Amino acid sequence: MNNSSTDKSSTSKNKLWFFLAPFVIFLLLVGFLLKGLFSDPRERDSAIMNQSLPDFALNDLMVDGKQWQKDKLIGEAFLLNVWGTWCITCDQELPYLTELRQQGVKIVGLYYDQSDPDFDEKLDIQQLRLGVSEKLLRLGNPYQFNIFDESREMLLDLGVTGAPETFLVDAKGVIRVHHLGDVNPRVWQSKFAGLYAQLSDENGTISKGGTK
Amino acid sequence: MNRLMMIVVLPLLLLNSVAALSAEETHKFVNPKQKMLYQELTDELRCPKCQNQNIADSNAGIAKDLRNKVYKLVSEGQDKQQVIDFMVARYGYFVYYKPPVTPGTIILWLLPILFVLFTLVLIWLKSKRSQSVEEEPEWNEAQEQQLAALVGQIKGIEGN
Repeated sequence: MNNSSTDKSSTSKNKLWFFLAPFVIFLLLVGFLLKGLFSDPRERDSAIMNQSLPDFALNDLMVDGKQWQKDKLIGEAFLLNVWGTWCITCDQELPYLTELRQQGVKIVGLYYDQSDPDFDEKLDIQQLRLGVSEKLLRLGNPYQFNIFDESREMLLDLGVTGAPETFLVDAKGVIRVHHLGDVNPRVWQSKFAGLYAQLSDENGTISKGGTK
Repeated sequence: MNRLMMIVVLPLLLLNSVAALSAEETHKFVNPKQKMLYQELTDELRCPKCQNQNIADSNAGIAKDLRNKVYKLVSEGQDKQQVIDFMVARYGYFVYYKPPVTPGTIILWLLPILFVLFTLVLIWLKSKRSQSVEEEPEWNEAQEQQLAALVGQIKGIEGN
């Protein structure tokens, strides 16, 4: 008698599990998918993080015959901002970057040209400079200077997939932040501000931008 | 009507795919082996800007730059692994469609095996349980006593 009653309760327990298991699996799946819903599909690990800025020798965008090399750039923490006049999102961040420059942040532009010889788009440097000047005059000029990566080799070495992208490079030339997309106050606060303040402190040049 | 559609649409579809294949073949190769390698690599390398396209299929500017780079590296005589390493060093594992076995990706390789093992264990357990249920006698002690009583009664009747 006793034996059969425990049997009964264990089978009803099994039955309960039989119905609960799909529900539990369903809940787990919902949790997994919900997490996916709020993840950024463009977010990915950057291969260049914590690596040294690649070597390069590139011309200045605006000044003829002026060349920039890696060792001319490094020495203090700075932002390397990839942009182009064709890039609409870049227009959005130019005013804020200009604000950052006014706060003392050193920003160097890396110009991303998209003219494609396959579509008979020949690069007209004078025309390009005109476009750049006009845009920077209208939206603000955050750049100390602009490096022109005509062959896009430097961009490839940096693992750039589009514009805008922004790197935070420390005084030793090591890349500490690689951000895809525009820099706005929220992004600056969460991804750059703390580290930038720390890096400029280490360098002894406490910037107003960092301490603000 | 349907057949007419087939006759009109099918050649168009075929044409379209041929056009798509030939659109990017502007590179000249010194030997067919390099051409094969180039095609293999552009099929297996993933466009870092697009969500899910290889660099052979994508028309994004970055995919084009990467194709040119692959062409350049292949023409220089680099082998497949060298080109892949070059790309992974710049764009991370995202750029290659075959994930390497690392502590982070080991679950991808182990999960199917674990799943099969788990299922086998489950099936084994279940079969064992159903067997044990079958072996359990349907005849229990109470019934045995009842039977004995009945037999006793009958014997009593017969005795009378």
